[in-house]
Amino acid sequence: MSRGDGGTAVSPAVMSMRLPSQPGEVIDRHTRFTFRWNGRRYPAFDGDTIASALAACGERVFSRSFKYHRPRGLLTASFLDPGCIVQVGDEPNVRAAHRLAEPGLDVRSQDTWPSLAFDVKAANQLFTRFLPAGFYYKTFIRPHRLWPAYERVLERFAHGGSTSAHLPVPERLRAYDKRHANPDVVVAGGGPAGMAAAVAAARAGASVLLVEEEQALGGHLRWGGADELAAMRELQRRVEQTSGIEVLTDSVVLGRYDGNWLAVLQRGLPQVHERLVKARAKTLVVAAGLIERPYVFAGNDLPGVLLSTAVRRLVNLHAVKPGERAVILSANPEGDAAAADLERVGVTVAHVEDVRRGGDVVRVRGRGRVGEVQLRGGRRLECDLLVTATGWTAPVSLLTMAGAVPEYDPRAARFRPDVSRLPGDVLATGGILGDGSLDELLAHGEATGHEAARRARDKAAAVPVPALSVQPHPECFHGPTHGFVDFSEDVSSNDLLTAVEEGYDSVELVKRYTTATMGPTQGKLESVNVVAIVAEATGRTITQTGTTTWRPPYAPVTLGALAGPVREPVRRSPMQAWHERHGAIPLVAGAWIRPDAYGDPADEVRAVREGVGIIDVTPIGKLDLRGPDVPKLLNLLYVNRWSKLDVGRVRYGVMCGEDGVVIDDGVTGRLGAEHYLMSTTSSGAAAVWEWVESWLQTEHADWQVHVTPVTTAYASVNIAGPRSRQLLGRLVEDVDLSPDAFPYMHVRTGRVAGVDGCVVWRIGFTGELSYELHAPASYGLHVWESLLDRGQDLAVRPFGIEAQRILRLEKGHLIVGQDTDGLTRAFSAGLDGLVKLDKDDFLGRPELTWQAENKGHARLVGLRLADGSVVPDEGSQLVADGSRICGRVTSSRHSPTLGRAVCLAQVTASLAKPGTEVTVRLVDGRSVTAKVTEHLAQVDPEGERLRA
Amino acid sequence: MILLPCPWCGPRAADEYAYLGELTPRPDPQRATRTEWRDYLYLRANLAGWTTERWYHRMGCRRYLTVQRHTVSNDVRSVAAAGSGGEP
Ligand SMILES: [Zn+2]
Repeated sequence: MSRGDGGTAVSPAVMSMRLPSQPGEVIDRHTRFTFRWNGRRYPAFDGDTIASALAACGERVFSRSFKYHRPRGLLTASFLDPGCIVQVGDEPNVRAAHRLAEPGLDVRSQDTWPSLAFDVKAANQLFTRFLPAGFYYKTFIRPHRLWPAYERVLERFAHGGSTSAHLPVPERLRAYDKRHANPDVVVAGGGPAGMAAAVAAARAGASVLLVEEEQALGGHLRWGGADELAAMRELQRRVEQTSGIEVLTDSVVLGRYDGNWLAVLQRGLPQVHERLVKARAKTLVVAAGLIERPYVFAGNDLPGVLLSTAVRRLVNLHAVKPGERAVILSANPEGDAAAADLERVGVTVAHVEDVRRGGDVVRVRGRGRVGEVQLRGGRRLECDLLVTATGWTAPVSLLTMAGAVPEYDPRAARFRPDVSRLPGDVLATGGILGDGSLDELLAHGEATGHEAARRARDKAAAVPVPALSVQPHPECFHGPTHGFVDFSEDVSSNDLLTAVEEGYDSVELVKRYTTATMGPTQGKLESVNVVAIVAEATGRTITQTGTTTWRPPYAPVTLGALAGPVREPVRRSPMQAWHERHGAIPLVAGAWIRPDAYGDPADEVRAVREGVGIIDVTPIGKLDLRGPDVPKLLNLLYVNRWSKLDVGRVRYGVMCGEDGVVIDDGVTGRLGAEHYLMSTTSSGAAAVWEWVESWLQTEHADWQVHVTPVTTAYASVNIAGPRSRQLLGRLVEDVDLSPDAFPYMHVRTGRVAGVDGCVVWRIGFTGELSYELHAPASYGLHVWESLLDRGQDLAVRPFGIEAQRILRLEKGHLIVGQDTDGLTRAFSAGLDGLVKLDKDDFLGRPELTWQAENKGHARLVGLRLADGSVVPDEGSQLVADGSRICGRVTSSRHSPTLGRAVCLAQVTASLAKPGTEVTVRLVDGRSVTAKVTEHLAQVDPEGERLRA
Repeated sequence: MILLPCPWCGPRAADEYAYLGELTPRPDPQRATRTEWRDYLYLRANLAGWTTERWYHRMGCRRYLTVQRHTVSNDVRSVAAAGSGGEP
């Protein structure tokens, strides 16, 4: 790598292993391009996977193994291949035997330092005694003080490439998408049985989603001979010509959940990196086929040991010659077909070792690749390719998620699903269920698809589909030597024996102890071999041993696909654009974007205290309440008394949960005989609406109250300061603002700035004479600009959230959620005077009664610091006796009005008395003293300014 | 994901709803002892079997529902408006 990443110093690779045109090849020889592999340029044809293009150029090593850093090459030449997981640009963990090559891709091997050819960590191979089964648990335990060091060591054993938080992520990688689908039938698997099922279901009138993991439909027919290819093309034609089938290729059903809710991952889309399709299927047909399993023997991970299906894929799909001289270990017709394929394309087949006649492989030797194979009986053969065809695994995961139990069938040498336990809306067909000729598979698929359509219409009309026959297969899992069982986790058969010797005799325990089946291949390749070896070591049968549990996801999924696109809507008041044009610093507060300040918040505070300011308070929650029973509702919701609220009056109220904890506060005004307007905190608007509705719909369904949320129907402006009456007076036409006609805590409706239907209430969160104006939202900007325009000579200025927070803190008004938390009951929030325990019933009353009796609760108090220049951070602890925590600062700001800090704090009962001296521990470790103030309010505690 | 039939909106996925837990009768707040009240607030039977629950169709009709559901099979036996009877 030191020679540079551009690859200019090295000449491009050549396709030395590319075969002449094959009848089923998926490459387009007319479209040729190059991409980079570890810095060097490689040619590829359109349709090549990254791995097939590299193999066509004679590359055999694609990665270093996880624990021992052994060189690894192709094994399955499919998505599952554990040996070729690579980094593509900024995207880690790309399956190179599945992902198609593209012009200009920058592909690198993962987790190999300093290079693929020379890997320092391969020294681990020499010291395997340090990495025994369960080494994670044994090695890095004591002493505890070294844990940070262990973490750094273990990090280097982690799977995965790298993503960068600092580099810009390409647009395509950021684009994830979601989609909802409601097909009648989902067919998982587009092999012959799956295609036949999809066609039959669609012909019976069902809408069908056919999901195929590979880039094209066809399943195992794709790498077959002339007859298979002809049958595949006919099936593909039928799928295309039958209306009602939507085909998703390069896609996979990740999981099946309650009610046939399916998570489907769709890849290979042009504009979107990945899409998660949430499909609610009336019927699911699982046609996942079979997965070929590897054979366990010494050297079974050397590059050049391939499964028979890998050979057939390379030769027939990608026209790649996998080697020059092959030995084949065959237990089934697929192995024989692989031998025939190799001979046909000119590979020397030195020997076919037939398991059905007692043949076996003892070991493979070679330096970094296969060089020689030793057969049963000692015969040695030179070769560069060993092909194994020793059996199949049914990927039953989706079926077990639906309730089926895999049962071992010794005749077929594989676990097969017991479908009798499946719910009526899940069916299976094809290789996952049994064997049979192509005609039998197609007939079964067709019958299953027809039945799936019938059940989609009417579950009760279910008719069982006849079973598929099963062909005998020799039970062969491992040879006479030890080899790798889990290639992605580097777990050997010897590790499994060690685990059993140490007492881990259940397959679930062995799995967790050795991490076998827990790597990126998720057990699909290795789990049956694990079970077979554990069964043998414990002297039990495979049936008695059982299999490990298959859980979703069926295939690995990126977090991006699950998270989906970034869609976080924000609400803006009708005046927000004005705020931004006038230099407001935006603040995201809950669902809203709001002005934090337009300049120096201290100047804004002074303007309000000395003249007049206006603030956009549109996000305040607003509920329109109508009906004869509103007073009953208010009495239930609020801790204070509400029965006698005259028309034109406004009252402050606090709501508690049934556990007595403060949940919201605000004012409610009576606009008419049976008409009220309730306000809530901005962040609580949605929750309070649901809270109100819950009581009206459940316990008090007989009350006549109609609730309408009107938060966004009104634009709300608070006009605050000694000159607020003067300013508002210039805009109202039919409301008398004089103190006698419109006193504190009253509400009026009328015409403001020419706008009818405005609600004005006289309240004072800031502690100043102030009016809160609610105007129909579409006139919000007009009213806002009118206030500024008509108040120029009064020096009116807008103020933001920060100034409002300072103003309310000077006045000692609490903010729910800031000065209270999820455990603060009303008597701990300075609300003693408000709670009316003599009311018949209100929410929280029992708990508050007991809180009042106990008296031991924390209190909310004001604090005045001895050194007024110190402004403690919010959250600073109060301590007593040096270190005992006895409270915390909940709100803290420098007060421009008083020229010193003002704070609110939660303190233990014993410290709550005014005048008590407390110690505040600052974040930097210093301690400062403060005194509990007489009132929560430190500016105008008597409230004279409010009532002016 | 469970498909829950809303009496107003028809069958809808569970993620449209808020699950509010087992229905527990509210004791008389005038007479309840601390133990009775805290049982009401915090204790649930958590049965493996048929339970009566409260669901809220937050992303639909915004109605509170009383649902009888089997917690093992997720079968739903009945769905009705809250406050319309059928509650313990
Ligand atoms: Zn609904």
